[in-house]
Amino acid sequence: MSDTKTSPQPADAAEGPDAERLGDVERLSTAPEENDAVPAGIGVLGWLRWFWRQLTSMRVALLLLFLLSLAAIPGSLVPQDTNAFKVAEWKNAHKGVVPLFEKLQLFDVYGSVWFSAIYILLFVSLAGCILPRTWQFVGVLRAQPPAAPRNLTRMPVYAAWHTDADPAAVNAAAHRLLKKRGFRAAAGSGSVAAERGYLREVGNLLFHFALFALLAGFAWASLFSGSGTKIVLEGQGYSNTTTQLDDFTGSAFYGVDDLDAFGFKLDGFTADFQTTGPAAGTAKEFVANVRYWEGADTSKQKHAQIEVNHPLEVGGTKVFLTAHGFAPVVTVRNAEDEVVYRGPTVFLPQDSNVTSPGVIKVNDYGTGPDGRKTQLALSGMFLPTAPDDFNETGRPVSVFPAAANPRLVITAYVGDLRTDSGLPQNVYELDDKAMTQLKVNGQPASVPLQVGQGWQLPDGYGSVTFDGYQQWANFTVSHRPGNAVALTGAVCAILGLIGSLFVQRRRIWVRATAGADGRTLVEVAGLGRSESARTAEELAEVAVELQDDAPAAADAPATDGPQAAADAPATDGPQAAADAPATDEPPGPDGPADDAPAAADSPAAAVPTAPETKE
Amino acid sequence: MLLAQVDTQLANLSNYLIYSTMTVYTLAMFAQIFEWTFGAKGGVAVRSAQQSTLAESVAESAAAAKGVRKVTVTVASQGGGTTTLTRTALADAGATTVTSGRGDGGPADGAGPAGTSEKADMAGRIAVSLTVLGLLLHAASVATRGLSVMRWPWGNMYEFSCAFALMMVGAYVILLATKKNVRWLGLPVTVVALLILGVAVAVLYTDSEQLVPALHSYWLGIHVSAATVCGGAFFAAFVATVAYLLKDRYEHRVAAGLTVRAANLMERLPASGTLDKLSYRINAIIFPLWTFTIIAGAIWAEVAWGKYWEWDPKETWSFITWVAYAAYLHARATAGWRGRKAAYLALLAFACWLFNFYGVNIFITGKHSYAGV
Ligand code: HEM
Repeated sequence: MSDTKTSPQPADAAEGPDAERLGDVERLSTAPEENDAVPAGIGVLGWLRWFWRQLTSMRVALLLLFLLSLAAIPGSLVPQDTNAFKVAEWKNAHKGVVPLFEKLQLFDVYGSVWFSAIYILLFVSLAGCILPRTWQFVGVLRAQPPAAPRNLTRMPVYAAWHTDADPAAVNAAAHRLLKKRGFRAAAGSGSVAAERGYLREVGNLLFHFALFALLAGFAWASLFSGSGTKIVLEGQGYSNTTTQLDDFTGSAFYGVDDLDAFGFKLDGFTADFQTTGPAAGTAKEFVANVRYWEGADTSKQKHAQIEVNHPLEVGGTKVFLTAHGFAPVVTVRNAEDEVVYRGPTVFLPQDSNVTSPGVIKVNDYGTGPDGRKTQLALSGMFLPTAPDDFNETGRPVSVFPAAANPRLVITAYVGDLRTDSGLPQNVYELDDKAMTQLKVNGQPASVPLQVGQGWQLPDGYGSVTFDGYQQWANFTVSHRPGNAVALTGAVCAILGLIGSLFVQRRRIWVRATAGADGRTLVEVAGLGRSESARTAEELAEVAVELQDDAPAAADAPATDGPQAAADAPATDGPQAAADAPATDEPPGPDGPADDAPAAADSPAAAVPTAPETKE
Repeated sequence: MLLAQVDTQLANLSNYLIYSTMTVYTLAMFAQIFEWTFGAKGGVAVRSAQQSTLAESVAESAAAAKGVRKVTVTVASQGGGTTTLTRTALADAGATTVTSGRGDGGPADGAGPAGTSEKADMAGRIAVSLTVLGLLLHAASVATRGLSVMRWPWGNMYEFSCAFALMMVGAYVILLATKKNVRWLGLPVTVVALLILGVAVAVLYTDSEQLVPALHSYWLGIHVSAATVCGGAFFAAFVATVAYLLKDRYEHRVAAGLTVRAANLMERLPASGTLDKLSYRINAIIFPLWTFTIIAGAIWAEVAWGKYWEWDPKETWSFITWVAYAAYLHARATAGWRGRKAAYLALLAFACWLFNFYGVNIFITGKHSYAGV
């Protein structure tokens, strides 16, 4: 524990671990002892032990905490694999460093070897730290509060007065009083020892154990969860199988075969927007009305509404509403005027006013006007609300997210869509490597269509009509167990923290002894886990209350006896306390040796030793 | 959930109120500068004055010794000195009158910005009144902003900034009201509040508007309220930490007989030990709430997006901030770091928090960025 040595305790640096316990920081602490000494020639076992001690030391725990927060940083700056689109974009823009970044697992920081190593080490360290502490604490709970030290004047807070009451009666009253105040009190020979605030340690242990519960929850979730997304058009149904999902991410123990059996049909989707005021266009609500069923039996259907903050829960799976958009409905006729395509095609929104680019791929176009087999693609934008001056500017940007003035702006390509090449293809993007754009007068042909309008394609390629549009909603289907465990852990962590940070653990001793003058000397002293004004105030309250049973002797004002030190603190300084008689008394049968530290006349003596809790 | 239209009149009123607030805070700041400047004269004399009052009251209670229960507790302080705390109670009346004060020990707390100057004290009182007035206007502004859309007024960074500046000033006024010796905090608190509000008004302003559906949740009330309180408290702890570092340096230089700058200013601050404890206490009190904030956020994320933790940049930086504060608490509780070393850690943790609030929203895009900057 070399860190402690930097604290302003001269005695610390000079002596071994025993002296370190004098540090006020360690008062009442049951923190594990730490020992830096490198084993001298003990071989493998010794080194292992040394390594273990290092790992479970506070210094290493701190280091690991630092490392953990440092290691989390790159993941917030470099896009992560969970967002494949962004990763691809980023990789394109920074080609040079990609191999290095990939080696360093910088696209998957939170699953990387090095990040895992840090937190696993941290948790091993935590276990090594917290388990022994728990045993110690069980021992502390079973034992009585440690007996009063010989020399109470050395305690951080101290008061004394003379009384004419009988010492035994005063001690008995003190025992009663402390018990009433919620202390655990034990009557010793001629003194009372009491301790309170065990909840601090309980809280501390609870908090650290709760971190394990959190980790377990995370682990469970990451090993047994899976999720996928699905775009569903109004009126369409969905049943929960991988073939129906647009994409699926599983985990070690949750694959495509584990999907819960259920399904639903999207009856309608409503989006409501602010239409006036400065915030026109801001969404007010999104609601998906669905009918759903469990298992394979579609006959028993229930109605439900899925909203952004209200997922549907079916069995162990939740269905979240995550996006919405439009699907223009078009009819395409080929050169022979046969209908070769009719229906809605999903366009993906690119801005908050749902300006949606998309591609309509007509695989089975048939033969073109030149008699050769060809394919056709319509690429363009769907604008739910085209601007009023759209006809003049032609700028294909929507100005409102709902369909108030819908337009479909398209251009056409012919050639090979390369959908049969066997390579996976993005349905929302056009691979135009083997396609040519249709032109009019050498310029790419492009038309803005209103609902019901048609377009005669150039060069006799047939026609397109814009019949209308449908809405679609995107759902995330997610199975994630372990939430309850993580939540329980989180709640316990907070409760534990509150106990650990707000409860004061402190001891109070009272000793009433008959003095040479026939008077009784009452001494009270307190020791807190941390230096806090409350320890002194509590002691003062106890002392004042105790004076009901042990009234201060009237003719011996409080300025007498040991009180003198307290009343003239400015001149006497710390040495005043050390002048008290008990300093060099040999340890008696009821006082363990380290209750009266040898360093009596060093300045540190004013800061008293912590009687060990781990006896 | 049914949402009201935006009440533009109320929204405008809120804007006027925030400008008024800033004006009043500015006036309060000038009054405080005045207080600090004129308080320079008698700063050092106060300690003895304080002690004599203590001595007097002790003497008084000793005079009335009969029927009075009285105890003087000696407190050994960290630096090796002692202080005393005296407590008296009348035997028949149940009430306990407490006279507590410090004898000598380590350096004593300064007298506060006004020193012993009456003129400065008057300026200080005016500053406090202005701060309270500003606080009321500020609260009204936040409230009307919320009422204009009938929701919690912290849906975007502008609102969030206004709210946590309010929390910070509010905390200061509460401390004043409970008779804590925190007048010295007034100047830094108003300056920081003005900075936050200035940035909010000039850079982050967005019109009052309804929230996107993702933010329609009572978790907004819970999660963001907690985050706001944490923000205010972290700022306050930051101010205390910086004051500690300055004062500690000053005390060391004085002890070493080196030249010191701004001595009369430093004299009037509380003792470094007091500042150290103050910043620790604020951080320790707020840490469980910060933990709660993160957990509430995770629960909300689970409801809204289906996963309670996705390492979104905001989540990541909250986590980093949390670990940094945990490291700070650890360093103090178990490794025995006190004073400067711990203070640097606290500053580091605060920097993480600051980056989480401003940096992440501005430089990094993530799921949290849809609330409008
Ligand atoms: C996983 C990350 C950890 C976090 C977030 C954490 C957080 C905390 C917090 C907030 C406290 C309360 C500080 C106070 O009482 O003022 C604390 C106390 C403590 N922690 Fe940790 N801790 C972690 C890991 C560890 C590890 C690895 C060890 C052991 C090597 C450890 C040992 C302790 C001990 C002994 C205390 C009690 C200090 C006292 O006596 O009050 N902790 N921890």
